[in-house]
Amino acid sequence: MEFLSLGEAVERFVADGDQVAMEGFTHLIPFAAGHEIIRRGRRELTLIRMTPDLLYDQMIGMGTARRLVFSWGGNPGVGSLHRFRDAVENGWPAPIEIVEHSHAAMANAYEAGAAGMPCAVFRGYRGTDLPEVNPGIRFLRCPFTGEELACVASLRPDVAIVHAQKADREGNVMVEGILGVQKEAVLAARRAIVTVEEVVDELGPRSPNAVILPGWTLSAVCLAPGGARPSYAHGYYGRDNAFYLAWDAISRERESFLEWMRRNVLEAPPGEAR
Amino acid sequence: MSYTSAEMMTVAAARALGGGDICFVGIGLPSAACNLARLTHAPGLRLIYESGTIETRPDTLPLSIGDPELCQTALTTVGVPEIFRYWLQGGRITVGFLGGAQIDRYANLNTTVIGPYSRPKVRLPGSGGASEIAASCGKIFIIMRQSRRSFVERLDFLTTLGHGRSGAERRALGIATQGPVLVVTDLCTMTPEPETNEMIVASLHPGVSREQVVESTGWPVRFAPVVNETPAPAAAELEALRDLQARTARAHGSAGAE
Repeated sequence: MEFLSLGEAVERFVADGDQVAMEGFTHLIPFAAGHEIIRRGRRELTLIRMTPDLLYDQMIGMGTARRLVFSWGGNPGVGSLHRFRDAVENGWPAPIEIVEHSHAAMANAYEAGAAGMPCAVFRGYRGTDLPEVNPGIRFLRCPFTGEELACVASLRPDVAIVHAQKADREGNVMVEGILGVQKEAVLAARRAIVTVEEVVDELGPRSPNAVILPGWTLSAVCLAPGGARPSYAHGYYGRDNAFYLAWDAISRERESFLEWMRRNVLEAPPGEAR
Repeated sequence: MSYTSAEMMTVAAARALGGGDICFVGIGLPSAACNLARLTHAPGLRLIYESGTIETRPDTLPLSIGDPELCQTALTTVGVPEIFRYWLQGGRITVGFLGGAQIDRYANLNTTVIGPYSRPKVRLPGSGGASEIAASCGKIFIIMRQSRRSFVERLDFLTTLGHGRSGAERRALGIATQGPVLVVTDLCTMTPEPETNEMIVASLHPGVSREQVVESTGWPVRFAPVVNETPAPAAAELEALRDLQARTARAHGSAGAE
């Protein structure tokens, strides 16, 4: 583990064509890191995320992605992701290949990746059309009961990127609140970048069962205060629901989207999320 | 007290939940109905969201499935793999509450695409948790606005299994849970006909005619032998719902939020 600036971490650990998992289930979405990837002009990425929300809408709209692996692509409680839809429906700014799952499948696949397994087995997908459009969804028979179970390949991203509340001087990272699949994504990935609200001398009083990613499981820790905005960091700042509502109008047209990205991302200083 | 058809729908859906239920909550209309139930007749109702929040008691409706107040007011919060594996797949949830973009007569749902999958006219969000929620919860309630666009003869894509394309698929696939037992709309409530599992009209909301329901349904909708009138919302139900929505609008910094 090294303490790096966000720019340096992206430069060293995210390459064109990588499989990149940026997780955070509504909470702790790594916006600052995603914006840095956009600024550095990364291309041809396979973007993996259970809930591509505004961040992946922005990354897709700016042409960073070749493929999207996901299970729910919307602006939660608001409506469509217009840039995601424009890419799928019209191929703008470039056609995007989609690999579509259910939440249960993605969560199981990350967990299997963290556990070093080639695949995940679970009860799912029965009677649905998803296996017809995703050849990566298979079924196998339980050798003990004969029950037919769903099976998907584990997720083993080249790099996982997550945001967390704080790290100590050794780079041990503590995560609190809605945990999503961050721990699994980090442990499943070959490399991991964590952005944090603050770096502290001691992680402080905590439950013996606190969720901690030891520094030696990470490639880089980057200080990025506010790096999850407009999502939120439990204990630091709230979710900017008004911005999630406003994004619907900003992102609806290509021109207004590009203008917003130019002002707020391309011409913004590194490490600074909106 | 006068009320809107949207309020009638939410109140009718809330009434279906009991105090002993452990409910897996979808975002949007289901979330409003579930929290209204908890704030009125079913204070013991236990709400679980797929973000991992167990027994959450939000004071306002979350905009997303993982808003801060869900975690802050929860008994405990677990990771997403655990919520799907131990709590949902493990059979701990008595009722799942879902919405959708399209529904057919056997209460199968589409939230994936309108048009062909490879070249969709409208790309919808996808399954999220719904396809496994529908299989693993003891039973399923569905809440949706009714129109010919949403209540269709044939789904463009089957995202979430109701009773299957013939009405008998659940048993054939070895799925032991009940599946959809109630659909609540802004016009009526529907329940599955014994034997066929086709959703038929069980009650009409006050002032709604059979013709209105027929005109708003894309398949030749049928009616139960006895069709009741849905009891109108009581003043206490409407006040609780309106207070909840006003608190929610203030919290989100904007009007809206059902």
